[in-house]
Amino acid sequence: MTTVSTVTHSSEPAVYWETEPHHHAEGGSTRLGFWIYLMSDCLMFAVLFAVFGVLGQSYAAGPGPKALFDLTLIAINTGFLLVSSITFGFAMLAMYEGRQARMQIWLAVTLLLGLAFLAVEIYEFHHLIELGAGPQRSAFLSAFFALVGTHGLHVLFGSIWLVTLMVQMNRKGLIPANTRRMECLSMFWHFLDVIWIGVFTFVYLLGMI
Amino acid sequence: MSQHSIKPHSHRGEQDEHGSTGHDNTRNDHGSYRSYFTGFVLAVILTVLPFAIVMTGGFESRVITALTVIVFAVAQVLVHMVYFLHMNSRSDEGWTLLSMIFTVIVVVIMISGSLWVMYNMNTNMMPQMEHENFQGFGS
Repeated sequence: MTTVSTVTHSSEPAVYWETEPHHHAEGGSTRLGFWIYLMSDCLMFAVLFAVFGVLGQSYAAGPGPKALFDLTLIAINTGFLLVSSITFGFAMLAMYEGRQARMQIWLAVTLLLGLAFLAVEIYEFHHLIELGAGPQRSAFLSAFFALVGTHGLHVLFGSIWLVTLMVQMNRKGLIPANTRRMECLSMFWHFLDVIWIGVFTFVYLLGMI
Repeated sequence: MSQHSIKPHSHRGEQDEHGSTGHDNTRNDHGSYRSYFTGFVLAVILTVLPFAIVMTGGFESRVITALTVIVFAVAQVLVHMVYFLHMNSRSDEGWTLLSMIFTVIVVVIMISGSLWVMYNMNTNMMPQMEHENFQGFGS
């Protein structure tokens, strides 16, 4: 740390001023920065939820939620995402214990659950579009595909991130940079599960009442 | 002296302390197998109940069903925050919690404001259309 001495009066002792910002350990603020990214992502989802709230009743004489949604399928998907949350938690705990093989197994399980979620969602979207209930059918369906599709895209990119991190862990091991990346992905993954709570509640369950 | 009003202080002592332990003050809870299990069981309960209520037809009043489902969702979000995201007022010197409170306030304003304004738009701007145009179709 550089300090500049300033002699104010010849009779007083020298005073030292900090001229540079504090130096923290590398990556010390990454977690907070990533959290703030997640909060901004949360704002984006809030806008999509607001759009769905405004347009969710505008069926344009087309099919509504009760004619389209299958709650059993959504319950299965919710289960996939919820279980993937706890398996990612186990991967984090294995990482903190320094057991890399066990961590990789839990990450692989998490990845499979994420892919299963995506497969069911793609099946659902395909089924809706086959029925003629695609995003262009009504404002309700546009808002539905925008909101649920954005969440699905997040899960897709989270899965890609998970694969790259598994490869990096294999090559470089549990170095501090990889630990930090895992902490960020962990936040991302749990955050997606929180958003999904909003989706299944406000889109599917309230639509079916 | 007047142009330098900030007090000089040393940061060196703190830095040494951090360097020796290898940890910094942003260290957070990792949770444990027990806390993950607790969170998971709570989340499963809070998911299964609203699904069961809606899939069996819900209560007689739609409003009560909707409110119950929303209460379950809010409770589950809190469970996820505490047991999976390890939220507390200490992590990152409180900045995590503070930024989340700010986000929640903005989200509430944005969603409730949108619904309020658009509801008023729909009820106040469209009456002629609904009453005059559609009556002719016998609807």
